[in-house]
Amino acid sequence: MTATAPPAQSPPAGEALGRPLRRADGREKTTGTARYSGDHAPAGLTHAALLGAHIAAGRIRALDTTGALAAEGVRAVFTHENLPRIAAQPPLLPSLAGGPAPGQTFFPLQDPEIHYAGQPVAMVVADTWERALHATRLIRVDYEEAPSATVLDQIRHTAFEPEKIFGGLLPGRATRGDLAAGLERAEVTVDLTFTYAANHQNPLETCTTTASWEGGRLFLYDSAQGPAATQHTLAVLLGLPHADIRVDSHLVGGSFGCKAMTWAHPALAALAARETGSPVRLALTREQMFTSCGHREEQEQRVTLGALRDGRLVALRHHKLSPTSHFDDWAEPSLEAASQLYACENYEGRYLLARAHTMTPTFMRCPGEATGLFALESAMDELAQRTGLDPLELRRRNHAERDPVTGKPWSSKGLQECYARGAALIGWERRAAPPAREGDWLIGLGMATAAYPIVPPVNPQRAKARVFADGSALVQAGVAEFGTGATTAMAQVAADALGLPVDACRFEGGSTDLPNVSAAVGSMGASYTGAAVHAAATALRAQLIAQAIADPESPLHGARAADVTLAGGRMVLRDRPETGESYAQLLRRHMQPDAEATGSWGPADLTASGSSHAMLTFGAQFAEVAVDADLGVIRVRRLVGAFAPGRVLNARMAANQLMGGMLWGLGQALLERTFMDPALGRWNNTSLGDYLVPVNADVPEVTVELVEVHDEAVNPLGVKGVGEIGQAGTAAALANAVHHATGRRLTRLPMSLEDLL
Amino acid sequence: MTTHKPAARGQAATAPPERGPGPVPVPLIVNDVPYTLDIEPRVSLLSALRDGCGLTGAKRGCDQGTCGACTVWVEERRVLSCLTLAIACEGRRVTTVEGLAQGGELHPMQEEFIAHDAFQCGYCTPGQLMSAVALVREGHAGAPGEEADPAEISEWMSGNLCRCAAYPHLTAAIAAAAKRM
Repeated sequence: MTATAPPAQSPPAGEALGRPLRRADGREKTTGTARYSGDHAPAGLTHAALLGAHIAAGRIRALDTTGALAAEGVRAVFTHENLPRIAAQPPLLPSLAGGPAPGQTFFPLQDPEIHYAGQPVAMVVADTWERALHATRLIRVDYEEAPSATVLDQIRHTAFEPEKIFGGLLPGRATRGDLAAGLERAEVTVDLTFTYAANHQNPLETCTTTASWEGGRLFLYDSAQGPAATQHTLAVLLGLPHADIRVDSHLVGGSFGCKAMTWAHPALAALAARETGSPVRLALTREQMFTSCGHREEQEQRVTLGALRDGRLVALRHHKLSPTSHFDDWAEPSLEAASQLYACENYEGRYLLARAHTMTPTFMRCPGEATGLFALESAMDELAQRTGLDPLELRRRNHAERDPVTGKPWSSKGLQECYARGAALIGWERRAAPPAREGDWLIGLGMATAAYPIVPPVNPQRAKARVFADGSALVQAGVAEFGTGATTAMAQVAADALGLPVDACRFEGGSTDLPNVSAAVGSMGASYTGAAVHAAATALRAQLIAQAIADPESPLHGARAADVTLAGGRMVLRDRPETGESYAQLLRRHMQPDAEATGSWGPADLTASGSSHAMLTFGAQFAEVAVDADLGVIRVRRLVGAFAPGRVLNARMAANQLMGGMLWGLGQALLERTFMDPALGRWNNTSLGDYLVPVNADVPEVTVELVEVHDEAVNPLGVKGVGEIGQAGTAAALANAVHHATGRRLTRLPMSLEDLL
Repeated sequence: MTTHKPAARGQAATAPPERGPGPVPVPLIVNDVPYTLDIEPRVSLLSALRDGCGLTGAKRGCDQGTCGACTVWVEERRVLSCLTLAIACEGRRVTTVEGLAQGGELHPMQEEFIAHDAFQCGYCTPGQLMSAVALVREGHAGAPGEEADPAEISEWMSGNLCRCAAYPHLTAAIAAAAKRM
């Protein structure tokens, strides 16, 4: 269990960064006063409910909405026959890029065609939520059903190699060296195929949008990882000036990827509000969360390793086959970190896609690497077995001193230290002995390497800092708070840059009226927003120091800027700290209510440092399991994760997020599976009772170990990110522990007891 | 659970009057404040609290009784308010997370949740808190003066999902609060 020592709540000014301060929003979140998107109720609020198609392919022959329209309290029923057309469909592009970011390039309720089960075919607006939901069940839809195909086994013969995947950002194939020559040279070969169930993110808050129009301007409360993504996407879909749309996402009840992109519901809520003239809240039901905001696709990955007898890799082939929708070429990027993990000259990675009657898959926590590293790290464990090497020793022999893809040096790494610390904490030396047995339980230890990419910003990330004449500071950027602790951590960043006590600094985010930052996705929220906040606060500090130096009435008058520093919350001379004054004294003397500055961090700031380095976050996962020898039941006894995420802004919240990631890995390994009925083309287990996620009693002892690495290339603060790395490799460490305990190599996720019988 | 036998035929005078399906006045006492809501009998306690009383602390995570985010107390007992009809709570005392703090002073459980960082996004937190206080009261966090058994706490908290998976912190917070309650 992670230690939670009582924190120093009020560290000295300038020493807030990294401290395990309590969450700034703790009181709101524990008293029920924290407001999420569905908790805002503008006057005259009405409720929208969607009806989804129950066929997976075909078309609507006829619709009868008479019963719904006649139902008590119903204001309107929208179908493809009467919903206004969208102005334009923006292309699919990950929200990290900062522009329009639709989750798929299909928009519903525009024509009678059905492309996937659950596709909205009608939307009811009523005065209460119950009445809206009830009325959807009074709508009669006459479908002309066509044959559907929704699982790999139905469509693998149609597989094709896409030129690009992932919104056009990644090539369908990547190679280096000569794979055939490498395989020829190999003395030991491992060739394994892994299969993965589809998964759904299932944050506890279902996607919810509250929309209202005031004076021609659209206001949305939207549960989104990036309010700006919603703004930009809706501007295109609705043909509105971006300036006429404001999106607030102050607090979001979890996302895990399903709110990273903008799906149809915010635009549907906006259209409903415009057409009915009343504010509309559209809250997806739990069932609809399985058919409205993407999923992690079912997939197969084949890994072929070629190695010399001493374990050194000479060939790595990694192929992935997965279903995508009929409109987009999407695969989660499973082959990326896995291609950079080990020194291996000869490589081939290929994505293969096949079209299915599902919506476009999307991000889910640790996108790509959660599945890619399961395959690679399971195969590495098998290679260790076949070469007779300790699995940790095998990794060390293949340690990549430079990025094997680009040949560039790493911006920072820390992986060897993660191996050493994790191994010590789990007691890895026990693995040398034969597997232990305790009664019916076979005990096993496993490990895996963890890595997650760092993506530099595509465009400038901005923030604004303001100091008031009373000495308090307000720092703003449009980032959403969905549990990462951004609100708290950004106040810490601002406090240190301004040289003020953290208690004097408030961070405000979650609105498109604030300076623009990209969606907080891909573990980059702390990096992007942190760098912008740091830049803004540093600029404001420099501005106020310059003002003091130029002010004949200031004790700092005439000093050199380089000689002025911040100490004890005051601007002072570095060598004579008794000489100086506070920001508040300076502002009050000039009758200035406040001073403000904006800061920006973007691609231009990275060209010098970032482009000369390869950037990945590294870690090492260790697991201890017990497997019932007769029943095959797998119990996780302990998880140890050692991570090197660069500068940690708040140790308490970082550890919480890393622990959550590791437990997500446990869920991926042992529980999470969305079942598709291939005959009906529908997901079968669309509830939290049937889609299993870890509950309190599933959780073993979890140890999070932070390994410090100094990184000057990633961003000014040296932050590498903690959102995903906790999950990377966890499932492989667990499967490898099961292999150690039982001698069985499980290649299917989630692992289940029937695989061990 | 108490069960109500249906009234026998011919004893209609003793059966409760039929109400609905349209809106009917439903009196509720929530956090010691009396409300009379004009709601349809099919309206859940969760909707009544959120849309009728404006108390949005209890959250709709699933509306299927599987996630626990809507947990409130009816009298002293924890219930899933998404599966409880508001009209069935007429005249009963309902307590929501908004009623946990007394006069601005946080309940020990709220304080320990904050101290142990027992949440991330906070969406499940109102339900976790209401379950946590109830389970201590029910004696599942050890008798007064006794050390709590973390496994027992985990078991009795497993009806409240935390998708951020702050579970170890939740268990530690509950054990710490139990000593102060």
